[in-house]
Amino acid sequence: MDKRSMGEQEFKAGVSRRTLLQAGAGLVGGTLLPAGFTMPAFAADHPAIGTYPAGSSGNSVTIGAAVPRTGTYAVQGEDELKGMQLAVEHLNEGHELVKKLSPKTKKGVLGKEVKLVVADSAAKPNEAVQAQQRFITENKVVLMTGSTSSAVAVALNKLAQREKVLYVAGISGSNDTTGKDCVRYGFRQNFFGQTAAAAIGPVLVKAFGKNKKAAYLTPDYTYGHTVTKSMQDFLATAGWTTVTNQVSPLGAPDYSSYLLNVANSGADVLINVNWGHDAVLSIQQAKQFGIFDKMKLVVPYQIPFLAREVGGGLLADVYCATDYWWTMEDKYPLAKMFNDAFSKKYGYKPEWGAENGYMSFVHWARMVEETGSFYPPDIIKTWEKGETIPSLVGDVHYRPEDHQCVRPVIIVKGKKPADMKNKEDFYDIVEIIPGEGLMQKPDAFGCKLGDYT
Amino acid sequence: MINWANLISQMFNGLVLGALLALISSGLTIIYGTLGVLNLAHGAMFMLGGYAGYVAYTYTDSFIIAIIAGSLFVMVVGVAMERIIIRHFYGRPDEDQLLVTFGISICLVELVRFTFGSLSLTVPAPKIIAGITSLGFMYYPTYRLALVGIVAVALLSLFLVLYRTRIGMIVRAGIEDSVMVASLGINVYRVFMVVFGIGAMAAGFAGIVNAPVASLTPDMGEKILVQTFVVVVIGGVGSFPGAILGGLIAGEIISITSMINPGYAYVMLFAAMTLVLVLRPHGLFGSQSRG
Repeated sequence: MDKRSMGEQEFKAGVSRRTLLQAGAGLVGGTLLPAGFTMPAFAADHPAIGTYPAGSSGNSVTIGAAVPRTGTYAVQGEDELKGMQLAVEHLNEGHELVKKLSPKTKKGVLGKEVKLVVADSAAKPNEAVQAQQRFITENKVVLMTGSTSSAVAVALNKLAQREKVLYVAGISGSNDTTGKDCVRYGFRQNFFGQTAAAAIGPVLVKAFGKNKKAAYLTPDYTYGHTVTKSMQDFLATAGWTTVTNQVSPLGAPDYSSYLLNVANSGADVLINVNWGHDAVLSIQQAKQFGIFDKMKLVVPYQIPFLAREVGGGLLADVYCATDYWWTMEDKYPLAKMFNDAFSKKYGYKPEWGAENGYMSFVHWARMVEETGSFYPPDIIKTWEKGETIPSLVGDVHYRPEDHQCVRPVIIVKGKKPADMKNKEDFYDIVEIIPGEGLMQKPDAFGCKLGDYT
Repeated sequence: MINWANLISQMFNGLVLGALLALISSGLTIIYGTLGVLNLAHGAMFMLGGYAGYVAYTYTDSFIIAIIAGSLFVMVVGVAMERIIIRHFYGRPDEDQLLVTFGISICLVELVRFTFGSLSLTVPAPKIIAGITSLGFMYYPTYRLALVGIVAVALLSLFLVLYRTRIGMIVRAGIEDSVMVASLGINVYRVFMVVFGIGAMAAGFAGIVNAPVASLTPDMGEKILVQTFVVVVIGGVGSFPGAILGGLIAGEIISITSMINPGYAYVMLFAAMTLVLVLRPHGLFGSQSRG
């Protein structure tokens, strides 16, 4: 069509064929120019960086996931992985849900099939880094993910920046992940210590009153320290004091020593920051020590499967802040689509690790589609436009300054076993709090993103 | 200023943990003492006891049957393990023995994870010893108090087997000098099988009686294994009384240090082990012959 019209023009205007071809080429080039830097045809112009272009030169691209499949966080790691696997499946088949979240997606990402390679991190930073390093070398992964421990998230952040391979955090609650340890190549979808505290704090003050005494159970690494600090800082504004903060190692086999200290502390509220099996064990043992006769339990950073694992209605009336709870589907149609697809495939309602895994992948795919290339610095720049984009929990956006997704935090309250409508109806949603008002200033936790190249 | 009530509470905790460690360690120590095999699958035996007991409990609702079934199942597994695999490694280097028992441990843990999943499972304490007991100066979970008694009975039974029976005498003699025992015409290999079965059973028993205290997970044995090794080193390799004393010492060190600063609990435990190694290289009750 173009050629023909050019030919006609040549005949009518009598200009030389060469001039016209030059002008035509210029025009075609000019039309493409705005997207020119990101068109696949121009990809070869980009210098090689990280696994680019080797990782995306074939018919498929690979994502490397290092999730805990053994150890204290194994249960949550498996759930997270299922969300990622479903996302890969949906991307490759061009599922309706993916198209709603990433309208330019047809099948795969930029037409390339997505593959997922998985390693067990056991929630240990060194194992996660080794696995991802192997994936970078052997599989030329275009994206890394996984954590379920902020210590892993921080370590993979650093690896991502060093190797110039994009990283989307799995479950990571530390302020540091998009705070002092943030990197240009890392992004986080889920909520974290600061937003959890800012969301659940007012709910606690309303429920329990001002000037209360709090005891903390804190796991001894970046997640535990920052979540506890955020809770303490927020609750101090309502006159709450910390009577004891029991810091325990990740995967402690017994909590009785810590719990005796809690039992004798005279606290009104026990704020349990422990996570994974540590939370299950510490809550079950707290019950054995009669602690819940003396004080209320609060879980500021909700743990997938906690209610079903601790059993016995121990979470009844317990407030938790979370990223996602499946009954949100009543309000959010995309959440319903996700829940239906997930439970059809896996036989249970997704918890928030799965939701975060799914969302992180699809948001990345959207950014790649929008960019039109796998060249990481350009994908980052697309992400940094901070455009409002859909998610399973409504519209969200990523902050360009720290790569943190601004998204709502959901406050849930445990149900009594008698009030549960079905075997997975563990929580009532108390409030869905918009993310914007919960966030600290982007530089408040010392984020310096680093270079693009 | 020491808070005495708190200190005594923590000493109780230490006693409970120590009793449990003593039981598991005694199994480990008699196996090593007699067979010379450092069984890295001992933690998996602890875990298997818990899961076998859980299955029995699910079907019968009886904690007593859970204890019996859990212990016997692990004993059978122990004997089978010794007959099928371990006995081929008696004459092989230590590294081979470590590798094979480590391998067995991984297989057992993953088999349980495959069968039961990673979600933790709970066996409730029997109603009669559930709840909380007031000791005047503190409240303490009744089951934990009972646990000390349960473990004490188990240790006493083990003591009687080791010190009041013919097989026990042979086992103790074997620990001191297995070559001499063999030269006296005793079938050491049959003794080895029995010892492995009894040692594994001790761990399995601990696994199920500990289930109401700490819920079951496939990798629960890994955590306790490290502490158990420390206990064996402190008590002296192959020494039954050493395992008991070592267990109690380790339990108290972990608990009392946790009261002051939990972060140093394991540091103090390993410091104590180092101290013992420096002052008495063969452990508190160990003898030179056990190497």
